[in-house]
Amino acid sequence: MASSALVQGFGGFSGLVSPFSSSSPQKRLIIGLSNLQSEQKKSFISVRSDASVSHFSNSVNRASKLVTNAVAVKGESAASPVSSKSGHELLLFEALHEGLDEEMERDPRVCVIGEDVGHYGGSYKVTKGMATKYGDLRVLDTPIAENSFTGMAIGAAMTGLRPIIEGMNMGFLLLAYNQISNNCGMLHYTSGGQFTIPAVIRGPGGVGRQLGAEHSQRLESYFQSVPGLQMVACSTPYNAKGLMKAAIRSENPVILFEHVLLYNLKEKIPDEEYICCLEEAEMVRPGADVTILTYSRMRYHVMQAAKTLVNKGYDPEIIDIRSLKPFDLYTIGNSIKKTHKVLIVEECMRTGGIGASLRAAIIENFWDYLDAPIMCLSSQDVPTPYAGTLEEWTVVQPPQIVTAVEQICQ
Amino acid sequence: MSFPSNSFSRVWWNSLVQSRLLQRISNNSDGVCNGPGPYSFLRPLGAQRWDSGTQSRNFVTQKQNPIQKHLVHEALQSSGKSVHCGWRHCGIRTEAEKGVAEYSSQELASEDDGENQFLEFPGGKVQFTSEMSFISESSNTRVPCYRILDNYGHQIATDGIYEVNKELALKMYDSMVTLQVMDIIFYEAQRQGRISFYLTSIGEEAINISSAAALSIDDVIFPQYREPGVLLWRGFTLQEFANQCFGNAADYGKGRQMPIHYGSNALNYFTISSPIATQIPQAVGAAYSLKMDKKQACAVTYFGDGGSSEGDCHAALNFAAVLEAPVIFICRNNGWAISTPSSEQFRSDGIVVRGHAYGIRSIRVDGNDALAMYSAVRMARQIAINECKPVLIEALTYRVGHHSTSDDSTKYRRIDEIEHWKIKHDPVSRFRKWLNRNNWWNEKDELELRNEIRNKILQAIQVAERMEKPGIENLFSDVYDKVPLNLQEQEKDLREMVARHKEDYPSDVPL
Repeated sequence: MASSALVQGFGGFSGLVSPFSSSSPQKRLIIGLSNLQSEQKKSFISVRSDASVSHFSNSVNRASKLVTNAVAVKGESAASPVSSKSGHELLLFEALHEGLDEEMERDPRVCVIGEDVGHYGGSYKVTKGMATKYGDLRVLDTPIAENSFTGMAIGAAMTGLRPIIEGMNMGFLLLAYNQISNNCGMLHYTSGGQFTIPAVIRGPGGVGRQLGAEHSQRLESYFQSVPGLQMVACSTPYNAKGLMKAAIRSENPVILFEHVLLYNLKEKIPDEEYICCLEEAEMVRPGADVTILTYSRMRYHVMQAAKTLVNKGYDPEIIDIRSLKPFDLYTIGNSIKKTHKVLIVEECMRTGGIGASLRAAIIENFWDYLDAPIMCLSSQDVPTPYAGTLEEWTVVQPPQIVTAVEQICQ
Repeated sequence: MSFPSNSFSRVWWNSLVQSRLLQRISNNSDGVCNGPGPYSFLRPLGAQRWDSGTQSRNFVTQKQNPIQKHLVHEALQSSGKSVHCGWRHCGIRTEAEKGVAEYSSQELASEDDGENQFLEFPGGKVQFTSEMSFISESSNTRVPCYRILDNYGHQIATDGIYEVNKELALKMYDSMVTLQVMDIIFYEAQRQGRISFYLTSIGEEAINISSAAALSIDDVIFPQYREPGVLLWRGFTLQEFANQCFGNAADYGKGRQMPIHYGSNALNYFTISSPIATQIPQAVGAAYSLKMDKKQACAVTYFGDGGSSEGDCHAALNFAAVLEAPVIFICRNNGWAISTPSSEQFRSDGIVVRGHAYGIRSIRVDGNDALAMYSAVRMARQIAINECKPVLIEALTYRVGHHSTSDDSTKYRRIDEIEHWKIKHDPVSRFRKWLNRNNWWNEKDELELRNEIRNKILQAIQVAERMEKPGIENLFSDVYDKVPLNLQEQEKDLREMVARHKEDYPSDVPL
């Protein structure tokens, strides 16, 4: 059966990538392909997840390769997702804004709830201009009570809306932990499937520039245990927009982790509509020597280290795992089967972070393929200090990554 | 503090200096500014600086910040001039952010005098006073309690109430008795070990049934856990109650929740979730959703005196008032939160006085008076839907039963107190007396009804007990919309484990 597909072509064309089907990695469903006319010259790629291709046309869009080629052919460079000239450049927060805007236009049930999201435009300007466009009711400014407005959004979601909860900083969502864990993740299950909660919880997290310990929380480690939730982390304008849209369309509660320091990244993204699969990892740089698994801001530290490594003659394969819950063990597994060595680079703390869980999952599933113990580079188990120099030392830096790769490849 | 540049701002600034407002701004105290607060430093790198009112530096700004605009609007409105004000909560909505710099200082110089008497502040004029007086923490008289039926079933009021005709009254009474009998029998079933847990609503039947009768089926209910009567009224059958308590395959919750955690999307009754007061902000959210859809319905949420202490409750009341959400908050003040009496729960005059503090219309009702509850909730529903405003109802009642089957309340309260409320203030007998007086009900009917219900419930329990449990696949379904790979693996592992060690696992769970 056909697998995940990215359809792109003329303007107004809605291209959809299906969510990860539950049956098996081999089978993925196509959802609602519309206006498909075979005689027109555009790319329609239907690719199985084992990378065999059904039929394709001449102009191949880089974006489609990014989605489907979980295991890329060596020699392909992970360039920007748009190889053709049709695309527009924007910053990451603008990409989020665009994705949000498109979804709000598409579905009148989508609404945004958070502090200062309305006329202020959001503390990172992701909802800029939306209150004027959609009205104060759809872009709702709330009093400062995270647990309560999260609860409010859950109630609204159960009654038919599709709310997006913005935490001004992810750390503030710790106040909403009760509602997120006990209700958001649970009510679909405990009600016997009677009530769904198609909510999206998003916000900036991670270590910024001297924001202090309370504003540098990595909430993905705290939430990863909550059943019923899906977690994704965006890292580029391309996947930010794609994941935002996919999260809004998903019927499950999704937490979208953004990073405070990545909001001003610039990239060219396609003009056409696209979404990214929520459960898929992204192949950033194919390689052969070692698999480096990372996400969010650490991706850029890894890319920087990769330059040094390539000069030194190493060939790292870099995967941005993107989906923090559940892990895309298919992509990761294929990579491990190729390289037999794994390095995880994360921003979470050593204890109980995403790296710790990922390590456990890899050991459980791919033990036989490993030639070396899995290395994990993470932050220390300390609150993030304010002083700039100290703060830098808590975050994994490129030289550390280079040393780790050299060590693991010996 | 530096001086604002444009002429209008300077006039306004003067008046600001004369008021104590300035002190508060310079002290960076809370509550002054509705605009960006302490997190304004979290700006996107390179984005335009947005001067907030709480920063005590610089009022020289091209863009008028929200607090400044709003204050300006208030000032101008009182001077009778037409205003351009983009602040969205003002009554006057014009093109956004025109600013008020075009008004010359001359026109507004006369305002200067008026501002010596009162303060232009968000929300309206505030009169100054030279007498220092603290508002008392309690008033001499408590808020009175609305009732229509006295203790002996006499109807003592006829004006301003919603009439309850014979048909409705008998249906209400039937439901109240059903609830009472159901509670007693299920409680006994738990004591016999047939179900694991139960929680009665003895003493609160009037709140349950009357409020349900006053609402329509489209009104969405967010209950705490002592409101099964609302579900009963809406049509949940005794069998369905029993199925949930026994957690069998016919349970809508698929055996995933404790007994009494009922839920039915068909009847607009949201599944009960154990943490206290989590449902209150959810009700506000549902009301917000109804408001967006412009439905002729409201959200209704119930909580107890204990639940009113939770942070969620306070924030939800605040939200509802700010959002102008059509939600009815019904607080069952039954005097006890497990073993905590209400004197240790709060020091205010109950919960009704909090409504005023949050800007919500509120009423205190005799919770054991079925007619008063019915009238009050009907009126509240009208207010909520027609005026799109929240309403708070505090229903005074008593928790006659124990908190739950895990509790023995005689350990922390006097038995004579329980007996007093049980006999003197029982809502069911009070209502029955009123029915008797109207010659709508008699002893024979009473006996027949109770016997009939008792038999039905026992029958339902027997059927529910014998029914098989939900299959093992229900352990893993509905966590997400589709069962993901990792859960499929875990299900496979579990099945293998059960197959290998059959004797160590319950035999009555279908695989």
